[in-house]
Amino acid sequence: MNLHEYQAKQLLAQHGVAVPSGEAVTTPERAREAAARLFAAGQTLAVVKSQIHAGGRGKGTFKSGFQGGVKLCRSADDVFEKASAMLGNVLVTKQTGPEGREVKTLLIAGAATIKKELYLAVLLDRSTSQPLIMASTEGGVDIEEVAEKSPEKIIKELIDPSVGLMPYQARKLAAALGLRGGLMAQATKLFLGVYKAWWECDAAMLEINPLCVVTGADGMESILAVDAKMSIEDNALFRHKEIQAMRDLGEEAPLEIEASKFNLNYIKLEGNIACLVNGAGLAMATMDIIQHFGGNPANFLDVGGGASKEQVSAAFKIILSDPHVKAILVNIFGGIMDCNVIATGIVAAVLETGLTIPLVVRLEGNNVQMGKKTLAESGLNLITGDSMADAAQRVVAALAAS
Amino acid sequence: MAILVTPETKVLVQGITGAFGARHTQLSLAYGTRIAAGVTPGKGGQFFENTVPIFDTVREAVEATGATASAIFVPPPFAADAILEGVDAGLDLVVCITEGIPIRDMMMVKRAMLGKKTRLIGPNCPGIVTPGDGRDSIGGCRIGIAPGYIHKKGHVGVVSRSGTLTYEAVWQLTCRGVGQSTCVGIGGDPVNGTSHLDVIKMFNDDPDTHGIIMIGEIGGSAEEEAAEWIGNYCKKPVAGFIAGATAPPGRRMGHAGAIVSGGKGTAAAKIAALREAGIAVAETPSVMAERLLKLM
Repeated sequence: MNLHEYQAKQLLAQHGVAVPSGEAVTTPERAREAAARLFAAGQTLAVVKSQIHAGGRGKGTFKSGFQGGVKLCRSADDVFEKASAMLGNVLVTKQTGPEGREVKTLLIAGAATIKKELYLAVLLDRSTSQPLIMASTEGGVDIEEVAEKSPEKIIKELIDPSVGLMPYQARKLAAALGLRGGLMAQATKLFLGVYKAWWECDAAMLEINPLCVVTGADGMESILAVDAKMSIEDNALFRHKEIQAMRDLGEEAPLEIEASKFNLNYIKLEGNIACLVNGAGLAMATMDIIQHFGGNPANFLDVGGGASKEQVSAAFKIILSDPHVKAILVNIFGGIMDCNVIATGIVAAVLETGLTIPLVVRLEGNNVQMGKKTLAESGLNLITGDSMADAAQRVVAALAAS
Repeated sequence: MAILVTPETKVLVQGITGAFGARHTQLSLAYGTRIAAGVTPGKGGQFFENTVPIFDTVREAVEATGATASAIFVPPPFAADAILEGVDAGLDLVVCITEGIPIRDMMMVKRAMLGKKTRLIGPNCPGIVTPGDGRDSIGGCRIGIAPGYIHKKGHVGVVSRSGTLTYEAVWQLTCRGVGQSTCVGIGGDPVNGTSHLDVIKMFNDDPDTHGIIMIGEIGGSAEEEAAEWIGNYCKKPVAGFIAGATAPPGRRMGHAGAIVSGGKGTAAAKIAALREAGIAVAETPSVMAERLLKLM
């Protein structure tokens, strides 16, 4: 589950990480009030940041024509004006796709004078099954590009999960980033806090980019997590009630939300051949084989190991809600579940939805003969395939002929 | 022989009285697997299906029955504890079927298992089957949730992160009259107990395994690591398939571990690594068995 920047910063602050002072608001009036409080507290510059689950906000464009989802302001009135231009409008960035995302929340925060931009992230290192901290002196830019062009600028520190990040490791990181003198203690505290937030919140990924050395009004340098991106591991949400409450359904695809209600794993893609499959690996392979034979998969859909009649019916409705879908391929390897039960479910779903587009069904496994018989005797206009390859070729051909 | 388990292996089931665990224990018993004990805290002294004794702790089950392997069917919040209970009881093998265990729990489990003799398969896996020589391969050892009847006793080893893709490969082999030594589902999570490479090494050392099918998917670099070793050391023919060529980056494709992140773990990179190592890559999952049999 992805979090908004302001939510990530709340969790970071709870774990002792220094973040810029600020507030999340949903109306221009509240934005003005929040800004007024920042200016009254001595800030000379405030930043208005669109809260959507996508990067590239600063360089994005609103569908209204307003440029930039992140704006610096020198007065509360200016904040009001910018907030009015952003709230309720759709922001398009390089990560949102052309449809963009509606901005419903803004983060109004103090903006300090940035002296240096660094990068910091905590993630799982899959090859060692240990937490890994990645840091770089090259902050504020696309870290994947840094990793590709100058991998020597990426600093890595593996963590023993049974003891957690040790202060000496945090100091090593600080030194490697050139954070010495008075900054070293601050950086150490911040790294320990970031790691703790990652661990305690069961985060999948936590990225601070940029992590900034800033100069205050008094000329003193300090370290601040100026931006934050955090996602929480879905499997661990059961033990984080307060984080569950941060879920923003407006950021998720409606069909994917609907699918999750039926324990279906659905991901919408760009193509026009829908697939309905049992098992994640087989579902991916089904998408692949459609493409291999010249088709274009419309979705990933895993109905799970024990697909019930209700699930099959819900799956058909979800698939058909996508207007791009022009043909369907059902691929079920019924190892233990009865293929005839699946076949009966498919027939019922076809009748219920009044399906008019080509449907190819490939069934294999337990009681498959009865299942094929049920399909054949249904009187429905459906095509059966013998192997995955056969079924994929048939659905591509059926689409071309339709 | 076979790897990990034989028809003689005595198996206990943690979570035997839950609906999921009970259903698959019945199927394993019908397959002829030696289910020696069940464990459900608080139900010690009872019997499963009037035949399998239930114990309160794994240690008691091991002491009373001599079981050496375990199948875990307990819900995700309790699964890490169940795995380590099996480790503490000195089991040789723990197979964790449970899907949805938090990664943090699994990192701690892996750390705690360092230096212990127990091997963990999974979690989030279909388990292991060493087929028997009866009709529909009955008489074998089935730990987990795979359909037993699709197997046939023989000499091909199958290792995979995905359940249904394993069944697909196994069924292709069986339909061609080719049997399997052992089929191992290592699971779809990013942190697991046993890797592709671990299983490949066992197959390489097993005189009864004459060829290997390795099935992988997007995410991580386990397939690349296995491929490199295969290229250098594996004495047996290997065919491979990688799922997820059409998966959009940044999205988890059903399995917690199936995600392309930061441009890493793509199907294209994995397929290239497999080819580099001399593995016969199936362009579609329909030809996994065919590609291997060409080499054998």
